[in-house]
Amino acid sequence: MAPKQENAMSQQLTRNFLELTSSMTKNEAIEESNRCLYCYDAPCIKACPTSIQIPNFIKKIASGNMKGSATTILEANPIGASCARVCPTEELCEGACVLNSSTKPIKIGELQRYATDWAMATNAQLFKQGQNNGQKVAIIGAGPAGLSAARELSRFGYQVTIYEAESKAGGLGSYGIVSFRLPNEVVDWEIEQIEKLGVEIKTNTTVGVDISAEEILEQYDSVILAVGMGAVPNLGIEGEDLDGVHDAIEFVRKTKMGPLTKDIVGKRVAVIGAGNTAIDGATCAVRLGADNVQILYRRTQKEMTAYKFEYEFAKQDGVEFKWLTAPKKIIGNESGEVVGIECTKMKLGEAGADGRQRPEEIEGSNFIIEVEAVIKAIGQTRFVSLIEAFGLQHTNGVVDIDEATMQTSNDKVFACGDVVFGNGQGEAMVVTAVQQGKDAAYKIHERLRKPSEIA
Amino acid sequence: MADLRIDLAGIKSPNPFWLASAPPTNSGYQVQRAFEAGWGGAVWKTLGDPILNVSSRFAAVSFNGQRVAGFNNIELITDRPLEVNLQEIYETKKRFPHHAIIASLMVEPKQEKWHEIVKRVEDVGVDGLELNFGCPHGMAERGMGSASGQVPELVEKQTYWVKEAAKTPVIVKLTPNITDITATAEAATRGGADAVSMINTINSLAGVDLDTWNTVPHVAGKGAHGGYCGPAVKPIALNMVAECARNPLINVPISGIGGISNWQDAAEFILMGATGVQVCTAAMHHGFSIVEDMIDGLNNYLDDKGIASVMDLVGRSVSRYSNWGDLDLNYKIVAEINNDVCINCNKCHIACEDTSHQCIDLYSEDGRPMLKVREEDCVGCNLCSIVCPVDGAITMVERKSSIPPMTWNERQTLISSLSK
Repeated sequence: MAPKQENAMSQQLTRNFLELTSSMTKNEAIEESNRCLYCYDAPCIKACPTSIQIPNFIKKIASGNMKGSATTILEANPIGASCARVCPTEELCEGACVLNSSTKPIKIGELQRYATDWAMATNAQLFKQGQNNGQKVAIIGAGPAGLSAARELSRFGYQVTIYEAESKAGGLGSYGIVSFRLPNEVVDWEIEQIEKLGVEIKTNTTVGVDISAEEILEQYDSVILAVGMGAVPNLGIEGEDLDGVHDAIEFVRKTKMGPLTKDIVGKRVAVIGAGNTAIDGATCAVRLGADNVQILYRRTQKEMTAYKFEYEFAKQDGVEFKWLTAPKKIIGNESGEVVGIECTKMKLGEAGADGRQRPEEIEGSNFIIEVEAVIKAIGQTRFVSLIEAFGLQHTNGVVDIDEATMQTSNDKVFACGDVVFGNGQGEAMVVTAVQQGKDAAYKIHERLRKPSEIA
Repeated sequence: MADLRIDLAGIKSPNPFWLASAPPTNSGYQVQRAFEAGWGGAVWKTLGDPILNVSSRFAAVSFNGQRVAGFNNIELITDRPLEVNLQEIYETKKRFPHHAIIASLMVEPKQEKWHEIVKRVEDVGVDGLELNFGCPHGMAERGMGSASGQVPELVEKQTYWVKEAAKTPVIVKLTPNITDITATAEAATRGGADAVSMINTINSLAGVDLDTWNTVPHVAGKGAHGGYCGPAVKPIALNMVAECARNPLINVPISGIGGISNWQDAAEFILMGATGVQVCTAAMHHGFSIVEDMIDGLNNYLDDKGIASVMDLVGRSVSRYSNWGDLDLNYKIVAEINNDVCINCNKCHIACEDTSHQCIDLYSEDGRPMLKVREEDCVGCNLCSIVCPVDGAITMVERKSSIPPMTWNERQTLISSLSK
């Protein structure tokens, strides 16, 4: 490619990853906020995992009290600017809006973004660090759950240190959510707000490598484990080491760091799995210039775990869906590059232990799809060794907690976020992780605060 | 197709929609555009001795994002030479002979001044006169407008002077800035007025700028009270029209003014005794074309009701407007909630619980949230049905009373007869 073309290509790719939707204008926000009925005992509040007082923040937009509006949101949700962008609102607040039954629901997510954008633009300091109470809490993992816990603990007066293995805090927000939904600036601002409250974030610090679990347990009055999840597991089929096979998490992560790769331009891509991460991988591939992107799923649309709006979004991006299709083998050429994927057709059989019909292979239905890249998105691995380093009980890598106290098998160690999701302990959303972070902070405070502080 | 023509004290117009004396009727160009758009008449912006206007004149009140819920102005009467206005009235009347042109007049409270101006405007062919005894700002300080309109004797005397000279019907426009508008309406009638029109604008200050602390509007950092109009004033105007309509001493037609924005508002004024209506703010907000729906909507309404002429609608609700002492104390209505239509915003519950009679209960049936009115505690205040955002979710229904009707007045009479 000539330098000029290459430059134009880079610019195009960069544009492809800019935030998709723009913030509401003031007029739109005023009009929409005035539509809110200001329900009593509003169902939107109950549908929000962080219980944001939604009618109140909307009323405050209508009255021109932007500082109050942003404070109402961020008080309940320290990651409220990110959540405004990434929450599946139609499954949560907007889905619960009473206006679904009469006209159309209030655009709560967009209004929340409008208010938090105001806070970002004005850089208002909305919260204060509490008076130092002399106690120390360590948080492992600077993702939504860890940051949320840190913000609340710092307001109570704890000295909070977050250990983060990555070079940057933010977790899923910084590395996992596609930038056309959540630009880095938003997450960076949220991290900055939390740092302003005196929270120390030690990045590039892997617990178990740079500091041991024992040291942390010794040095702190309480510990929160909020490490999230790891890489995508292996498919367990031939050809996974070929050049052109990607882990969806890693694939998305690279689009959020440094220059965008041109390796996908013009390629045919197969994505394996049909969860929200698979959609992210597929839509990122489209935006990286792929010629054709197909999602292969061994079950049907009905069993797919991606949100409906994500599915619609992928279809609009031109992503093709191949249902009842399971990969058998990734095929490479003599240079070790992916040239195709061998699949087999499936059918749904008896229901399995999880209640879902189990896919069964149809004998002799093998076929080959020619692709130059394969993205694996079949779930995420667990940080089992770290969990075990803390000596915590777990079930298949999901830390066991007492849901009432957020405590693990070590009563000094609390856990929240993806590390406890799964096995029936809640649904993995950023907003749920945030609430769990808050809960963990409150439970620690209940445990550690001096009797004099108990009213 | 109903007959929309009206005859107000001898002034005829093709429909009951007139533009009120205000900025929209400032010039021949504007009035002719209005007639082309369909307006039936226009009351020309008040003529009088030349004045000076200030820059920054209007302000409006928004309510929950809805613009121009109320409107405020500090503009005075016409600032154009009388000769120019007269020439344009003449030309407009020539072009639109069947439309009503009424000259609004305001001069010093002197007999010769009134005689002089009446003669000059009638010479150019106006269909009637409207005496501006209502303008609350600027002119009042000079003894005109509401300054004379607030004193019944001045209203009567000036009306009389005008009638001495006038050959066309005389409408007296009344100010609402008075305790009882029927006092001045009676005075106008005594002075010989052929009709009264109401209301002029209400004394107002539209707002204060929270950053500069200036008034809204302000003129170089200073403000003065203005006149308030627009949708927000409609109920005030409607009451004043109704009070005059049911007063037997005010036996002249009424031209209704005040916040009329559409045919429904107009129909309400007509039902309450107005023979026609005058509109200003709605036209200033949306332009002259709004009259199209006013005409169309009123016509369809009359057809639906089987009424042949709009004149047959005039005053049909007047007899239903009474005094509190004549209301039946034993009449009972209660709120009824239709849970199939209800969207569970709970606004009725909290309105009743916090601010009324605590008689709407929240409960759950098979996990579904429900609302129920405890009828024995419901006073039939209407609040729940007012705050309910969904049509048909709350209905106020009559409950037969076991006791016969009795008004407060009847009750007092009975009590006093018993104590004798």
